[in-house]
Amino acid sequence: MEQLFSQIFVGLSIGSILLLVALGLTFTFGQMGVINMAHGEFIMAGAYTTYVVQQALGDGATSTAFLLSLPAALVVAGLLGLALEALLIRRLYGRPLDTLLVTWGVALILQQLARDLFGAQNVEVKSPGWLNGGTEVLGVGVAYNRIFIMVLALAATAGAWFVVSRMKQGRRMRAVMQNRQLAAASGIGTAAVDRRTFFLGSGLAGVAGVAITQLGSVGPTLGQNYIVDAFLVVVAGGLGKLRGAVIAALVLGLCNSLIEYWTEASLAKVIVFVLIVAFLQLRPQGIVAQETRGLA
Amino acid sequence: MSALLATVRRRVVGPREELPARIAFAIVAFLLIVVAPSMLSDFRLGLLAKYLVFAIVAVGIALAWGRGGMLVLGQGLFFGLGGYAMAMHLQLAEAPDGQPPAFMTLTGAEHVPGIWGPFESTAFTLAMVVLLPMLAATLLGLLVFRSRVRGPYFAILTQALAAAFVIFLVGQQQFSGGTNGLTVMTFFGLDLADPDDKRTLYLIVVAVLALVFLIGRQLVRSRYGRLLVAVRDAEDRVRFLGYDPTLVKVVAFAASAGMAGLAGALFVPVVGIISPASLGIVPSIEMVIWVAVGGRLSLAGAIAGAVLVNYAKTELSEQLPSAWLYGQGLLFVVVVAFAPRGIAGIGEWLRENRGRLRRGRDATPAAATTVEEGA
Amino acid sequence: MSPQPTPPRAEGDPAIRPRHPSDPPQTPPEKAGEPLLRIRGLGVQFGGFHALTDVDFDAREGEVHFLIGPNGAGKTTLVDIITGLTKPTTGSVSFDGQQLVGHKEHRIVHFGVGRTFQAATVFEALTVGENLDLAASYRLGLRRLLRQPRGHADAVVEALEVTGLADEVDKSAGALAHGQKQWLEIGMLLAQGPRLLLLDEPVAGMSPDERTRTGELIRYLARGRTVLVVEHDMDFMRRFADRVTVLHEGRILRADATVAEVQADPTVQEVYIGRARDDRNSAGRSGAAAAGAPAASDDEEAA
Repeated sequence: MEQLFSQIFVGLSIGSILLLVALGLTFTFGQMGVINMAHGEFIMAGAYTTYVVQQALGDGATSTAFLLSLPAALVVAGLLGLALEALLIRRLYGRPLDTLLVTWGVALILQQLARDLFGAQNVEVKSPGWLNGGTEVLGVGVAYNRIFIMVLALAATAGAWFVVSRMKQGRRMRAVMQNRQLAAASGIGTAAVDRRTFFLGSGLAGVAGVAITQLGSVGPTLGQNYIVDAFLVVVAGGLGKLRGAVIAALVLGLCNSLIEYWTEASLAKVIVFVLIVAFLQLRPQGIVAQETRGLA
Repeated sequence: MSALLATVRRRVVGPREELPARIAFAIVAFLLIVVAPSMLSDFRLGLLAKYLVFAIVAVGIALAWGRGGMLVLGQGLFFGLGGYAMAMHLQLAEAPDGQPPAFMTLTGAEHVPGIWGPFESTAFTLAMVVLLPMLAATLLGLLVFRSRVRGPYFAILTQALAAAFVIFLVGQQQFSGGTNGLTVMTFFGLDLADPDDKRTLYLIVVAVLALVFLIGRQLVRSRYGRLLVAVRDAEDRVRFLGYDPTLVKVVAFAASAGMAGLAGALFVPVVGIISPASLGIVPSIEMVIWVAVGGRLSLAGAIAGAVLVNYAKTELSEQLPSAWLYGQGLLFVVVVAFAPRGIAGIGEWLRENRGRLRRGRDATPAAATTVEEGA
Repeated sequence: MSPQPTPPRAEGDPAIRPRHPSDPPQTPPEKAGEPLLRIRGLGVQFGGFHALTDVDFDAREGEVHFLIGPNGAGKTTLVDIITGLTKPTTGSVSFDGQQLVGHKEHRIVHFGVGRTFQAATVFEALTVGENLDLAASYRLGLRRLLRQPRGHADAVVEALEVTGLADEVDKSAGALAHGQKQWLEIGMLLAQGPRLLLLDEPVAGMSPDERTRTGELIRYLARGRTVLVVEHDMDFMRRFADRVTVLHEGRILRADATVAEVQADPTVQEVYIGRARDDRNSAGRSGAAAAGAPAASDDEEAA
C-alpha cells in the first residue's frame, strides 16, 4: 500500500514536471501552431539563468537568488523566444514542418552557445535551505523540492489560465487562434498578439528551467530530455487546451510511474508511447477537443 | 540490323529527354566503382562507404518527406531494426556453434536467448533486415494515418518512437548490449579488418545504393509517385477521387523504412558496431538535414546531400568541433528557411531562369513553387 | 495576365447547346423509372443546430438537377452527406439500390459518385494530363499504379477534348486560369466515368462567357448520367436546369420541380425576394441571417 502511495506521489511529481515544461507549448504550439523545437533550449536557458543569478549574488544569498531567478528566467527565455519569433518563425508562417526543422537548427546553435559560455561540463545549482530535506505524508517520504515543483506547476498553470481567460490579451490570443483573418479585420494587431503569445510561452519554459535545476545538474543538452515528452503532452491533451494539458501531464506521469513499478523504466517508456498512439486512435483531437464542422 | 541497333539503343539509352540523366548516372557509377577505390586510401574508402550507407537512408526520406509530405523524424528506429537484426546474425555467426555471443557470455549467459534464435538463419536475417522495418512502419502508418494524424503531429510521433526505441535498447542490456551496442568482426566470410575485403564491402554498398536509387526513381515516376504528390498537396481531394490516402502514404512510409533498415544492416559491417548512439532523436533528425541540404524533392539530391554533409562533418568536427556544431545548426536554419529545394534546387533554378530569359515574360510562375507540404 | 481560356470543344454539338428559356420544358427521360439517387428522411445536426431536417430527394438518370436555396439552406451539407464527408444523424441515401450512408469517401467514389468542391481543387504540382490520368486510374491496383504510364487512356483524351484543355495537357495545373481549373476538376470527374456527378457551385467567380461554356459542359455530362448542381446563380439555373429542388433552412421547400414551376412558386419567391430585399437593406452576411439562415452555418464553411 505504501509502495502504491509512493508510486502515485512519484507519478504526480513527474506529471507536474511534464506540465511545467509543456505549459509554454500550449501557447506557442497550441495557440499559434508553431512547433518550436528550441523550446527545450529555452528551458535550458532558464536553468542557466538560475546558475548565473546564483553566481552573481554569491553564496550567502542562495535563497534570494533562487526566488529572483524565477522572474529573471521568465524574461531571459521570453526574450529569446521573442527574437526567434521575429527573426525566423514569422517568415515561416504556413510552413509548420519547415518551422520544426528551422527551430531544431536554432536549438543546436543554442546548445553550442551554452557549451562555449559555461563549458561542456554540467554545472551545479545550489538549493536554498528550505528545499532540502523532506517530510512524511501517509507513511510516504516526500522531498520538499518535489513539493515545490508541484506548487510551482500549479501556480504557473493558474497564472496561464488567468491570462488566457481573464485578460484582454488572452481574449485576443484566442480570437487570433480561432480566425486569424477575422481577428485582423476586427482591428486586432495579430503580429503584436503573436509576439506576446510567444514571449509568454517561451518565458514559461524558462520558469520550468528554474524548477529543473532542483532535480539535478545543468548541462547544455538538458532541454533535449524534456522536449519530446512535452510535445506528447500537448498532442495528447488537445491543442491549445490548458485543461487537456493538465490532465494529459498528470495521466502520463502516473502511467509512467505505475507501469515502471510493474515492469521497469525502459519498458514503461515504450508502453506509455504505445498507449498514446492507441489513445490518439480513439480521440485524434486529444483529450479536450474543439468542436468544429467540416474538414479538420 | 539497324532495327536491332535502334532497339538496343532505346533499351540502353532510353528516350531522348532522359539522356542527360542517364549520362550523369553512368559518370557517377564510374566514379564510385572505378575511380574511388583506386584513388582513395583504405581509410577514406571506408568513410565513403559510410556516407553511401547514409545516402540509402536519405533516398527513403526524400521519398516519404519530399514526395509524400511525411516528415519522418524517427528513421533511427528503422535503421536500428535493420542494423540490430544484422548485428545479431553476425554475432551468432562469430560465436562458436550453439553458444551465445561474446558479450552475453561475459554476463554468464549459457544459452542463446529466444528472440535471438531465428537470427541464426541467414535467409531469415536478410529478409528481416528489410521486412521488420517495413512491418513496423506499415503497422504504425495504418494506425496513425487512418486517424488522420498528419503534418507535425506525425513528425513528433515518429520522433517519440525513436526515443522510446533507444531507451528500450539501453534498458534491455542482456539482449541488446545496452549502450555499448553490438560489435562485429566479419560479414558473411569477409574479414572486416582486411583492406581487400573492405573494398568488396564498399562495392556491395555501392550496388545496394544503386538498386535503392532505381527503386525510388521508379516509385517517383510511376502513377503512384504522382498520387503520392497529390496526397501531399491535397489529401482530402484524393479521397474524393476514389483512392484511400492512408494506403498511399503507408506504401511510401514503409518503403522509406525498408530503405533505412537496409542501410542499418550495411552500417553494421561498414562501421563495425551499432549502438543506440547512432539511432536516437539527434541522429534521426540529422538524417533529415542531409535530405534538406541535398534537396527534398530530388532523390539524387538527397544522395549528394548525405555524402556532402557527412564529409563536411568528418572534416570540420575533427579540426573545429565547436564551429561544426554552429555550422550544422546554421545549415539547418538557412537551407530550410531560405532554400527549401536544397542543392538540387540550384540546378533547377538555373534551368528555369534560362528558360525565362529565352521565353521572355510569360513564364509559368506556379510550376516551381509547390515545395511546401499540406499540413 | 492569365491566358484566355479556350472554350470547350463540344460547342457545335446541338445536343449540348444551352437551353433557351423559350424551349419546351424537358421531361426527364425516365420519369417513371426508379430514381438513380433516392434520399429519404435525411437529417443532420451539428451540436444542436439542425443543418438538415427530414429531407426526401430523388434524381433520375440523364437529368441536370439543380439544388438551390439561400446561404445556410443546407445544399453543401446534402452533397457532403451523399459523398460520405458528413455522417447523417437520421435517414438513408440509396444510389442505384446501394446504401451509401456509412461508407468511406473513397468507397463511395467506386460506386460511381463523383463531386467537385466550391473552391476548385486540382493537384497544382502535377500537369493537366497527370491530373486527368490520376483521376482515370482510380480502379487500378497497386501493382499497375507502380508502372510508368505511357500515353493517355481514352477517358483522359475525351476529358481533354470536352473541357477544351487539350492544348494545356503538359501545363502545370497550378498555372491554369481560375475557370480552367474548374473545368479540369469537372474533366477529372468525367475521366472517372461516374453515374452521378455532384457539382458544388461550378460557376462561382466565372465570367458570363465562362458560365455559358460551363453550362454546355454540364449538359454534355448529363448524357447517360445524373448531374446534381448546387448553385446560387438563378440565371444559370434557368438556362441549364432540367429539374430544380429548393432548400430553405435545412428543409425541402419545393421538390423536383421544373424551372417554370419554381419561378411561379410564391413561397420560393418569398424566400428569394425577401432575401434580396434584406440584402439591399443590410449587407451580405447579416442579410442571410435576417432571412432566417444562421450565418454560422454558411455553406462555405462546410467545404
